[in-house]
Amino acid sequence: MSDLLLAYQALFAFVGINGLLALSVYATLSCGQLSLANAGFMAVGAYTAALITLHAPGVPFIFVLAAAALLPALLAVPLGLPVLRLRGVFLAIATIGFGEVVRLFFVNWDFTNGALGLVAIPQRTGLVTIAAALLVALFVLGRLWRSRAGYALEAIREDETAARTMGIRTTSYKLAMLSLGAALAGLAGGLEAHYTFMVSPGGYGFGRVVEMLVQAVVGGTAAFYGPVVGAAFLTVLPELLREVGARLGLAPGPFRLFLNGAILLAVILYLPNGLVSLPARLRRKVLS
Amino acid sequence: MGQQVLNGIFVGSIYALFAVGYTLVFGVLDILNLAHQAVFMLAAFVALVLVENAHLPLWAALPLAVVAGGLIGLVLERLAFRPLRGRSDSNISGLISSLAVATILEAIALQFFGPDISRFPPGTFPDRMIRIGAASTSLLQLCIIGISVLLMALLSFLMARTRLGRQLRAVAESPRAARILGIDVDRTIAVAFFLSSALGAAAGVLFGLAFNSISPDVGRGVELKGLAVIILGGMGSVPGAVVAGFALGLIEVFTVEHIGSSYRDVVSFAVLFLVLVARPRGLFGRAAAREA
Repeated sequence: MSDLLLAYQALFAFVGINGLLALSVYATLSCGQLSLANAGFMAVGAYTAALITLHAPGVPFIFVLAAAALLPALLAVPLGLPVLRLRGVFLAIATIGFGEVVRLFFVNWDFTNGALGLVAIPQRTGLVTIAAALLVALFVLGRLWRSRAGYALEAIREDETAARTMGIRTTSYKLAMLSLGAALAGLAGGLEAHYTFMVSPGGYGFGRVVEMLVQAVVGGTAAFYGPVVGAAFLTVLPELLREVGARLGLAPGPFRLFLNGAILLAVILYLPNGLVSLPARLRRKVLS
Repeated sequence: MGQQVLNGIFVGSIYALFAVGYTLVFGVLDILNLAHQAVFMLAAFVALVLVENAHLPLWAALPLAVVAGGLIGLVLERLAFRPLRGRSDSNISGLISSLAVATILEAIALQFFGPDISRFPPGTFPDRMIRIGAASTSLLQLCIIGISVLLMALLSFLMARTRLGRQLRAVAESPRAARILGIDVDRTIAVAFFLSSALGAAAGVLFGLAFNSISPDVGRGVELKGLAVIILGGMGSVPGAVVAGFALGLIEVFTVEHIGSSYRDVVSFAVLFLVLVARPRGLFGRAAAREA
């Protein structure tokens, strides 16, 4: 078992980081909102953490991670407040813009080496830290699920107008979840920066958001653990399929992109509740 | 000053043409098609292949690429939007499925053309400069403005005066009532997608010619501008998108002139965000924007 862990350490680490990212998208999806700014939030977290480590090496890592989570969570408030009063599509639009602006900001900022980004960040995290972060995130979202607040979120997702009529403060809930998602994305960014030694604006483009979204949706957003299942599945899958892609004469980059798009489309059309709904669905089929 | 206005109108005409397609689908279907930018990008590549590999003249390649874009739009509608119709969460799942198709189209472009910038072969369009008063412009820029304005005028005529336009507006108003009145709603929506994607494709080819640089991620930057334009113009409003497109082009050119070029793309976001804060329905939009 420990040999397996050692051999695939990097893979497991990325399952954890991607799991956090998928959960960050799930946070907003759980109240029926689509936030496409999570790569931007991730970038803010990653740069925050990397800058603290590089310029103030004495700060304990736990505080570095806290800052990486807190700053995006705070940024999400002014972004979300005006648009969350509106229809869901406006959040998607505003967050697309925000993500792009964050990327451009880091490309143009000389202090962080522009498009090249920051390198030689000390490695301060390993599998244990990442797993712990993922467990904390799962614990928080698990407590939320099937709680009073969780039911409120579900009500907002099903019918926002009805939820508001019942006295649920829809805007506050949506804002809280956007902020929580931003914090998770920032945390994942901080962890990744200290695992891969580097951050650069190119790593936080739109493709990254799509990746998170695919993992969350494929896993399933009806249960809080679904996104982690999706992240694990889709992080391991390209490794398994690498041979297939090469044999078809497809370059690894486009092949992965294609796979993400095709799987996302198939799941949203044919399995809207994701992989975690598969057992119950099969059982129903067998019984009927 | 005159030069800046001219440049602004030139860039704005492409933004407007791109955004008109965006807003058309939103108006009819109430869904934002996030694959619009991918159609824009792929059409530019189609035109490039037709010019470079099939050695077609530009005047033949442009309409062919536009039709190809429209056909991609039909496939897109069939694949990503029609199956979701009537589902309770169709708004959010429509966004996601269109994103999925965009990703697939980008992967295709990346596989065939690589991540680097492709260019039209030299001499695709005659390189002629024209002076208008104190300002100078190229023949290409004037043609691009002309084609954009012509296409938008055609769309406005179609929407206002023809049977098809009436059907589109009826479906936009209420698909159910339109169906009762005997309108083939599915067909009308497919037509809206064809028109929207064809216009997006035209914008893509013109953009590729104007800046002579096409890459699989070229649509990303334009997408942000298109979103700013449809928000400013009012979601679903075709005249709004036209006015806002030119407005954004002018705002951008003057920002670059007075503040600096690295802020060019931040302008769109600033416009988008300010409109959402101050007047979410935009210049010409209907008041329904606030409803959940």
